[in-house]
Amino acid sequence: MNDMQLTERTVAQKTIKIAAQGVNVHYAETHAIKDVNVEIEDKTVTAFIGPSGCGKSTFLRCLNRMNDTIDICRVTGQINLDGEDIYDKRVDPVQLRAKVGMVFQKPNPFPKSIYDNVAYGPRIHGLAKNKAELDEIVEKALRRGAIWNEVKDRLDKPGTGLSGGQQQRLCIARAIATEPEVLLMDEPCSALDPIATAQVEELIDELRTRYSVVIVTHSMQQAARVSQKTAFFHLGTLVEFGPTSQIFTNPEDPRTESYITGRIG
Amino acid sequence: MPTFWLVVSLLALSAAGYLLGRRRAVASAGGNVKDLHSLPSYYGHNVAFTTLTPALGLLAIWLLAQPMVIENRVSDMIPADVIPESSSLSLIMSDVRRVADGLELAISQGDMTQEESNALDTSTTDVRAMLGTMGVALGSDVRPEILNAAQAYRKLNATGATAMTVAVAILALAGLAWSYRQTHKDFRARNVVEKGVLSLLILAASLAILTTIGIVLSMFFETINFFGLHSFKDFFFGSTWAPNFRGDSELSILPLLWGTLFISLIALLVAVPVGLFAAVYLSEYAGAGVRSLAKPLLEILAGIPTIVYGLFALLTVGPLLISMFGKGGSFGVEWMTGATSVLTAGVVMGIMLIPFVSSLSDDIINAVPQSLRDGSLGLGATKSETIRQVVLPAALPGIVGAILLAASRAIGETMIVVMGAGAIAKFSANPLDSMTTITTRIVSQLTGDTDFASPETLVAFALGLSLFVLTLGLNVLALYIVRKYREQYD
Repeated sequence: MNDMQLTERTVAQKTIKIAAQGVNVHYAETHAIKDVNVEIEDKTVTAFIGPSGCGKSTFLRCLNRMNDTIDICRVTGQINLDGEDIYDKRVDPVQLRAKVGMVFQKPNPFPKSIYDNVAYGPRIHGLAKNKAELDEIVEKALRRGAIWNEVKDRLDKPGTGLSGGQQQRLCIARAIATEPEVLLMDEPCSALDPIATAQVEELIDELRTRYSVVIVTHSMQQAARVSQKTAFFHLGTLVEFGPTSQIFTNPEDPRTESYITGRIG
Repeated sequence: MPTFWLVVSLLALSAAGYLLGRRRAVASAGGNVKDLHSLPSYYGHNVAFTTLTPALGLLAIWLLAQPMVIENRVSDMIPADVIPESSSLSLIMSDVRRVADGLELAISQGDMTQEESNALDTSTTDVRAMLGTMGVALGSDVRPEILNAAQAYRKLNATGATAMTVAVAILALAGLAWSYRQTHKDFRARNVVEKGVLSLLILAASLAILTTIGIVLSMFFETINFFGLHSFKDFFFGSTWAPNFRGDSELSILPLLWGTLFISLIALLVAVPVGLFAAVYLSEYAGAGVRSLAKPLLEILAGIPTIVYGLFALLTVGPLLISMFGKGGSFGVEWMTGATSVLTAGVVMGIMLIPFVSSLSDDIINAVPQSLRDGSLGLGATKSETIRQVVLPAALPGIVGAILLAASRAIGETMIVVMGAGAIAKFSANPLDSMTTITTRIVSQLTGDTDFASPETLVAFALGLSLFVLTLGLNVLALYIVRKYREQYD
């Protein structure tokens, strides 16, 4: 797929970061995801939209095997990250999650200091040789998370003491401190007020220069604002996938059109 | 009228009040229930409770107060010279009660009429022998003063009972009449019943609190008596526990406190790691099947009576430790002489506390939000890293609370210590020595044939109060820690 012709916002030739083929997910008896094929590009923000319960979050959680933690969940099909199947037996889900970071719907800072929150991942993965290096990693992550200026004087204070928007940016900083290649965001702004949402959206746009970002959102305006590619899910199937501008202005599928004009969903 | 029948008639009256109130309410609305402020049953309940509650309250107070008043009146009648040297007024009063009960029995069996009992005279009848034939044994011959007092006692009791019946009946009828008159379709019976329910709940809550205060006060006054007889300094700062009944006892709490804390420490060293790891396994790793089986099994441990744990200590753990550390044991050392030791009691008590720690910790670990686990796993942490670095720190305040509660349980434990730890009060750092605790000394000082006014007996109350303060302090600390840090992840 060549998007250069489709949208001017993409500037360089994009490589495919994640390719999913024939993905099916079952929760016990429920068939949650039905035969989804999608290709997610590097250094692009891809938005998953769709009504509640359409499977977009479930599919997102397949991309870093978070569904492994749910006993009754069964995933079939193939998901390749840089051409390697992440569901291959040789792949350690723990290693994979270091490469594919995740930000959750509700800000979930650990009950530790701000510094320890960000240093958590680097410490686990042994990314820093000494304290000075760790300090540097933490500062860099907090700067990229656009929250450094607000917290630099209170790094030893608990992360739970920050406001909701600051907490969510702290969680983003925490996720990027492990130097992931892909960042998955599951409705990262749904618990935030409009101002905090704007800050996080601005941050997402900056993150695009380094990472491949996949964001699940309920807000179609948000998808339109931050993403370059949009996937529309409905009842467990991927209905339409294409450049955001095309999905919102000229959708091919009547269901997509119904959803973005507010007739279903 | 006997109290039982009085209560039954009160209940019958209030049941009648229910029906009357209900009927009057419906009638006042002209049979149209929708015009009533409240449902008809509320009017009925209002009348029933207004009839019953004040009357029952008066009955209860009367029953408590009447014996005290009569006792006072009758004991005033006994001249001081009747009391023998070695006796006391309270012993004479118990004689009076026995004679009065004997007369009551004689009348109820038909051996005597009311008039005959009033006309009894010690100079003409041998009252002791007469009561003896009816199975009421008296320690000495009945003196005329005592017989008089007993007759007065009976008379006062009879008058009191009649007055009580009348007063309670009047109050019940007044309540019935008043609430019946009030019953009208605009009367807010529902709100009144609501208030009644509220006061019932307040009564229940305050009873529990008042009982606690009562317990503390009763111990407190006996403790003051103790410190009147024994030096304060010896109790708190002495070094020896050596009660004897010659009157020169050394009664220091410190060796007992040492034993208590030592045994509790060993118990916690056993219970906390095992209980905590069991909780982590059950809440984080075990599947639903294992959990549903293992959790109740673990909690069975909590249901075993402590005396059974004591037997286990005495018969199994003690000999096992001897076979390891005793003479000719498998370690070739001779550190242990008897089967009873701090270690025996501590280990068994630790086993007893395992379900306590694991059940509380399990609840607390389950209360840690799943989003924290997801956050950690999403950063590429393994399950045990997540538990160690995120789940347990988040649950820590609650776990500390659970441990402190277990500690106060250990400090107050008696049976296991009696059977497992021995009875020697001493300071020793060797866990294989036998030692004793505050609770077991309280038992041994209060049981047996001892004078209740000697410091050797009263020390039990001082020990009890110290124990109470210690466990109360731990509980308060536990509550404080749990409350202070609870909001952290909410």
